[in-house]
Amino acid sequence: MPWTKVLIDKSDFEDTLGKQGLRGLSYRDALREGQEQLLESDPSVFLIGEGIDDPGGVFGSTLNLHRKFPGRVLDMPIAENGLTGIAMGAAIAGMRPIFIHMRVDFLPMCMDLIVNHAAKWSYMTGGKVGVPMIIRSITGRGWGSAAQHSQALHALFAHIPGLKVIMPAVPYDAKGLLISASADGNPVLCFEHRWLYDFTGYVPAEKYAIPLGKGVVRREGKDITIVALSLMVYEAIKAARELAAEGIDAEVIDPRTIKPLDEEMIFASIKKTGRLIVADTGSRTGSFACNIAAAAAEKAWHDLKAPVRLVCMPDTPVPASQVLENAYYRGKDDIVAAAREICRL
Amino acid sequence: MPQSKNKKLPADPVPRETELALMRAMLRVRRFEEKIVEVYGAQEMKTPVHLSIGQEAVAAGVCLNLKREDYVFSTHRNHGHLLVKGAAMASMVAEMYGRAGGCSGGKGGSMHMVDPSVSCLGTSAIVGGSIPLGAGAALASFLRGDGRISVSFFGDGASEEGLFHETLNFSSLKKLPALFVCENNGYATNSRLCARQAHSDIARHAGAYCIPSVIVDGNDVLAVHKAAVEAIAHVRSGAGPFFLECKTYRWKGHVGPDCDHLKGCRPKEELDQWMERCPVKLFKNALLKSGVLSVPVLDAMLKEIDAEIAAAWRAALAEKMPLPEDLYKDVYRQGIF
Ligand SMILES: Cc1ncc(C[n+]2csc(CCOP(=O)(O)OP(=O)(O)O)c2C)c(N)n1
Ligand SMILES: [Mg+2]
Repeated sequence: MPWTKVLIDKSDFEDTLGKQGLRGLSYRDALREGQEQLLESDPSVFLIGEGIDDPGGVFGSTLNLHRKFPGRVLDMPIAENGLTGIAMGAAIAGMRPIFIHMRVDFLPMCMDLIVNHAAKWSYMTGGKVGVPMIIRSITGRGWGSAAQHSQALHALFAHIPGLKVIMPAVPYDAKGLLISASADGNPVLCFEHRWLYDFTGYVPAEKYAIPLGKGVVRREGKDITIVALSLMVYEAIKAARELAAEGIDAEVIDPRTIKPLDEEMIFASIKKTGRLIVADTGSRTGSFACNIAAAAAEKAWHDLKAPVRLVCMPDTPVPASQVLENAYYRGKDDIVAAAREICRL
Repeated sequence: MPQSKNKKLPADPVPRETELALMRAMLRVRRFEEKIVEVYGAQEMKTPVHLSIGQEAVAAGVCLNLKREDYVFSTHRNHGHLLVKGAAMASMVAEMYGRAGGCSGGKGGSMHMVDPSVSCLGTSAIVGGSIPLGAGAALASFLRGDGRISVSFFGDGASEEGLFHETLNFSSLKKLPALFVCENNGYATNSRLCARQAHSDIARHAGAYCIPSVIVDGNDVLAVHKAAVEAIAHVRSGAGPFFLECKTYRWKGHVGPDCDHLKGCRPKEELDQWMERCPVKLFKNALLKSGVLSVPVLDAMLKEIDAEIAAAWRAALAEKMPLPEDLYKDVYRQGIF
């Protein structure tokens, strides 16, 4: 299936799917096309965010949409908290806003409106009033972006009942999940990673939706299950290639949505492999990886042949110096090391 | 208290030494940031730099009038404020090069400069962060009665955050010794002020909270200086906070060493007009004309500044990189205090 393929670089795409005449789009263009089609098909959709109409266009993901949809792609004051409430107010009054932040790190400014209001509105109103709102934000990495510009906070939001959380890793999912999120009728946080933006993959031209809560097997294998989130999907695929050379056949699962989570897919895989690694872009304590490990311990215990291993970022803020950045980030090598360890047990 | 917009400034002549110090401070910030522009292409300074070239008069006009123990809180665009406040230049440079000997141990980079020895307790790259922190330090001084004042520097964009308004209200209510200095450069990243606020004077918010304010030409260092002297006297006297808005303009892009008009971020003519009104050039010409400065004195000043900068760069580059295990240090402060 072309849309399940993880293509590490553009030539990867051209050598495979491109040759079959399939259309390739970068992650940023997939996001842009998804939003464009939502704006086209649904007059209640509007985009709002700081500088979304500027020449950068949120790393290209909103580029020039303000020209095509004047009045529906709104720049805003630097006022994230209030504007979350305003977007939510519009949502409960029948609009479908997409609120866009250049960095995940600006979401803490919006905590009250997201956590105390948007997440609970449906429940507090006995299901009478919903909040059909998407909040997109992007995790940065590298060049000394440091503690306030590189956080991965998805687990914080997944913790809050009433929110849904998507983490598309490939262009196909970026577009399809955004389209379902817009139709979902609930507040959905979309966590993107800056390093995904240049990746190319197969993206159909038409408008399509990927159901929230359905994972995908990125690579089939029988020896070990690697559940990987966002950018970690690529690290996991690279790790699996390396492990294959050593005779370890890894299965890579991308949940795509972390809330709701496709537990069944993960458990089915563990049943086959008996081993689990979870790779997460967030720091370890309270990470989403911990949730997956807990679910496995509770519900797949008898299928596990070895301890679960987590590959998460360390419990430190993100440092600036490149030496420290290199020490901070976890990836392919850590996944390979963890796999070797638990496969030899 | 009504807002005293464009209040008449005192006509007292500024002493010659003060004029020279203002000139020197501006040149020092300008040359420092020009050095960053010069070296940045080599890609060894791996940190996002937000340059204040074009805005130096604000840092110079305000910070030269502060005492060492007065607090300064700043933003992502902090180099000028810290330098004029007296932060150690070499450790700022070392920080930008990710060195263990940098002012933040390589943990922070350009956006998170610190030097407690001159009462700079850290800078935030989350827009607006400097505002309540400055007021909080002012509250500390107020509670201790130690006579210090605290300055929050921030941009026009930051005045749109709720915490700006919450902080102004509380500071006014408690008559905190807080000076709010808004560097209104007309942009927040690439968004013009007129796309974000219905009015172009940030100081008008101060009036709503009964905080006196002045709007000055932020490219006229003498105007900033005179207004700062008055503002600081007001705050230090215990009369409560003061709000100083400096209208200015940044020459470089929001982040990085390049100009951004070619990318379509703003019209070239606008940049040209502001470059005509370069704060450094304007003051230099005025001082040359009045005879306070002569060409040889200016040359000597520049030579001295460039030597200081060269020495800071040498010292910074001689510092070691952190060790990978340093990653885990400083998450919590160690020891008993
Ligand atoms: C809370 C928050 N929102 C958004 C950003 C992204 N951002 C960084 S600087 C900036 C513009 C700030 O404008 P202003 O306060 O005028 O300061 P200037 O950059 O002009 O000095 C923005 C939007 C951020 N760092 N923090
Ligand atoms: Mg500004």
